[in-house]
Amino acid sequence: MNNSSSVIEPKTRPIRKSKIDYSQGPAPVSVNPAWCKACNICVALCPQGVLEPDAEGKPVVAHADNCIQCGACWAHCPDFAITSNYK
Amino acid sequence: MSIAAKEAGARQDSDVVLRYLRPHVKFPNMWCPGCGNGVVATSLIRAIDKLGIPRDNVVLVSGIGCSSRMPVYLDFQALHTTHGRALAFATGVKFSRPDLKVIVITGDGDCLSIGGNHLIHACRRNIDITTILINNYIYGMTGGQTSPTTPAGAHATTTPFGNTEKQFEACDLARGAGASFIARTTVYHTTQMDRLIMEAIQHRGFSLVEVISNCHTYYGRLNRVGQATQLLRMFQEKASTQPKDPNMVDEDSKDMIQTGIIHRDTEKTELCDEYQKLTDSLAKGKSS
Repeated sequence: MNNSSSVIEPKTRPIRKSKIDYSQGPAPVSVNPAWCKACNICVALCPQGVLEPDAEGKPVVAHADNCIQCGACWAHCPDFAITSNYK
Repeated sequence: MSIAAKEAGARQDSDVVLRYLRPHVKFPNMWCPGCGNGVVATSLIRAIDKLGIPRDNVVLVSGIGCSSRMPVYLDFQALHTTHGRALAFATGVKFSRPDLKVIVITGDGDCLSIGGNHLIHACRRNIDITTILINNYIYGMTGGQTSPTTPAGAHATTTPFGNTEKQFEACDLARGAGASFIARTTVYHTTQMDRLIMEAIQHRGFSLVEVISNCHTYYGRLNRVGQATQLLRMFQEKASTQPKDPNMVDEDSKDMIQTGIIHRDTEKTELCDEYQKLTDSLAKGKSS
């Protein structure tokens, strides 16, 4: 089910600079594609625009440097599919 | 707090959920993409994990419905009962084993329609049960019929021209029936939900946490609200911690959602304590 493009609202807050350096370690969040159902809640709620939907509508980490580990994505994931690698 | 310390202290925050899922159950879960039931499940797990209750001491009791599938996925003691009777079964569990934490997971149709009688009597007895009422305004599992909480004018499959009936206010009902802890939150406010579920579990007495959830498959689609994200934005806009003013005339403020703790009474005596006191006094009278 591809419902991604219509539901993403423009980011109203300015994107902040993350304090964590992700260049050495793993990606800020991991998405389990086997459990993800592409509801796109994480993409819509991320205040920093870190996640973007791929061709199937499932989120991929597109802008890792922006992630501030706020937890909005994994706290709102109904499918237990997102975990943070730092928190 | 440095980032390293934060990292070490909170490392389990995001994957704590995975440690409480049943290993032999097939995932992904059966709920629709974006369903709020999964959000409530993660919040409940975080609350129980933060309180440090052993998982064998937690009993999840549920009836029938989408939300009542939750004990199937979560690795606690589970009791899956008949439609609407979850609170009746939970009363039996709590009365025979007062040391267990009994949590009832129920939906709006399950709890307020067919189980409405059990709800008011559980409230009246003030037995130490935590009830998480997931209110998505509609019967999701059976195909989008009107539930007791469908707002007046809203569309459902049984009311294609709008609902003519008034809706139940679950929190007001529970308060009138005598529940001692009542709170309301939405699936958008996950941090508040964690806190309220924690406080409800710790509260000695009947506690009801109403979680406003999204059913975009039926409620969102039939009422032209949209997908899960749009319903979440709607909850974000409508939620307020201020109590509803009955004199309000503004159309927008009439359907606002009051969140937070609505009623708390710590003075009220709990049923199991009272029963223990009675049996103790009778045993004392017999021995002397």
